[in-house]
Amino acid sequence: MKTIYLDNNATTAVAPEVREAMLPYLTDLYGNPSSMHTFGGQVGRAVEEAREKTAALLGAQPEEILFTSCGSESDNTAIWSALQTQPEKRRVITTRVEHPAILNVCQYWERQGYRVTYLGVDARGRLDLDEYADALSEDTALVSIMMANNEVGNLYPVARMAEMAREKGVLFHTDAVQAVGKTPFRLSEMAVDMLSLSGHKLHAPKGIGVLYIRKGVRFRPFLRGGHQERGRRAGTENVPYIIGMGEAARLAAANIETERRDVARLRDRLESGLLKAVPDCLVNGDVENRLPNTSNIAFKNVEGEAILLMLDRLGICASSGSACTSGSLEPSHVLRAMGVPFNYAHGSVRLSLSRYTTEEEVDYVIAHMPDVIKTLRALSPFKD
Amino acid sequence: MWNYTDAVHDHFLHPHNAGRLDDANAVGEVGSLACGDALKLYLKISADNIIEKAGFETFGCASAIASSSVLTDMIIGKSVDEALKITNRDIAEALGGLPKEKMHCSVMGQEALEAAIRQWRGEPPVPHAHEEGKLICKCFGVTDAQIIRAIRENGLKTVEEVTNYTKAGGACGDCKDQIAEILATELRQQPLTELKPRPRLTNVQRMKLIMKTIDEDIRPQLEADGGNIELVDVDGKRVIVSLGGRCAQCRASAVTLHDLVERLLREHVEPDLIVEEA
Repeated sequence: MKTIYLDNNATTAVAPEVREAMLPYLTDLYGNPSSMHTFGGQVGRAVEEAREKTAALLGAQPEEILFTSCGSESDNTAIWSALQTQPEKRRVITTRVEHPAILNVCQYWERQGYRVTYLGVDARGRLDLDEYADALSEDTALVSIMMANNEVGNLYPVARMAEMAREKGVLFHTDAVQAVGKTPFRLSEMAVDMLSLSGHKLHAPKGIGVLYIRKGVRFRPFLRGGHQERGRRAGTENVPYIIGMGEAARLAAANIETERRDVARLRDRLESGLLKAVPDCLVNGDVENRLPNTSNIAFKNVEGEAILLMLDRLGICASSGSACTSGSLEPSHVLRAMGVPFNYAHGSVRLSLSRYTTEEEVDYVIAHMPDVIKTLRALSPFKD
Repeated sequence: MWNYTDAVHDHFLHPHNAGRLDDANAVGEVGSLACGDALKLYLKISADNIIEKAGFETFGCASAIASSSVLTDMIIGKSVDEALKITNRDIAEALGGLPKEKMHCSVMGQEALEAAIRQWRGEPPVPHAHEEGKLICKCFGVTDAQIIRAIRENGLKTVEEVTNYTKAGGACGDCKDQIAEILATELRQQPLTELKPRPRLTNVQRMKLIMKTIDEDIRPQLEADGGNIELVDVDGKRVIVSLGGRCAQCRASAVTLHDLVERLLREHVEPDLIVEEA
């Protein structure tokens, strides 16, 4: 059975070009970039090229790029550094719809005595900038706002929010794990101080992340030890993955218009096809202002995990914000923050595409989803 | 990804007795949309108290649908009194087990069955079966009576297990302290859990259960007296073991074999097992 992979917000396929770029560094070119000899030095140069490509994708300077192990490490480091360098400031502002990599870290710092403001969202998942303006105070150490939401795909007005923070002299971090490569931006033209990204969301392998730290922003390392990454992150460089990250960044920059146009067209075809073919479903999130690859659809009166298992039988990979899929007993924190009614929240399914998604795949899903939902609705005691 | 058994997959994809029963004379309803799962169980009970037909409608995940489906298989043909002896553990075991986070699905089946039979008996309607006791979990509407029952019938030891079985404490978490108090009281008072024979074990299930009982219940007791036991073979209902350590030389080993090993295996696995020494 063919796998139809529509779970690209969870992880993506490693691009063939990325794999090819990495292979020499898993075989012949195993030198340590820190070594004095030519054998290691050539690897060091390749790492710097990867840094340049990554910086180019973000519209940043190479020396502003720090390679980490994952998006979560980047997030942890950003928050840690902001709090350690400004011990007199005891407040953090974030949102209720962040990824756990931010939310759980903020809750940790809350237990250490910090005050954290979690900005709410409306029914479409949009932030209220007035609420944000009211919350911004000079004793705020850090604002951390995601650039795009992983579940519903909403894009947040990070450029504007970063400006507002800068006016108050407050550091601004954005978790851009879902946004990079899907929506264009240039950090050199923004007031963003720190940004996190994760390689495996843009066709690099799992195990590589990036933290952008704007030149001039004070920094404290999270991982101490050797002098690597100019003393900002100890540990021998994960060379093959850094090379992979660089190549993935180059491809993302080259493909960003495809992503915005072709992937969005397929997503829209999928979404409108499903809305037409299946009664009683709706789209979660801010449809006018979201990632080009994400569609979060709520099917009334059916349960998400049951939908996913039936799709799985058809070779279709998706994910759900239902309670049952996570092992928790409540629907996703994002859908709850949006106030999505329970009879829809439990039946929400996230379909996330990539540049490798084809029209045939999309049409296959449109053709099979109605039966899946019909079968489950026939079983359900809730018919109206 | 949940590690569901083949039985769960089968019952989910091809549920037995799905749909409402138009001639039902007993209907039990538990759960709600807000809770994320709900089960409406229909029974047709004959004049001589036999469950002739059963049907169900379920909103929920694969394990909720599978629990409902297997429950209808288990009760059709049984008398009302026999059916009432079915515990949530029986439902889970009939499915070859459920992930621990999903045990509440089996509890929902048991509660729906009770609710249906209460309605048939003309006992007061019991919305969501939360009839007795004090409300502990406000998010999911779980009472202390339900929590105590789950603790007793499933030998629960931690607050997390109580949440897995009853959902109590799974949302805001405000009631976790109260659950811990109930647990503490129960664990002090708890009598030996009553164990009943389970229906229709497959060879694999029987073998696993025998190994588990020997490892967890029998060997520790023998080891306390300097003895030991190894499972040699299982041949149908014959369990062949070898006694080691001090048991090997002990004249009372025949007594041990019969009074301890066989008794515990019969209690925990199947009532008609015969234990022999290799």
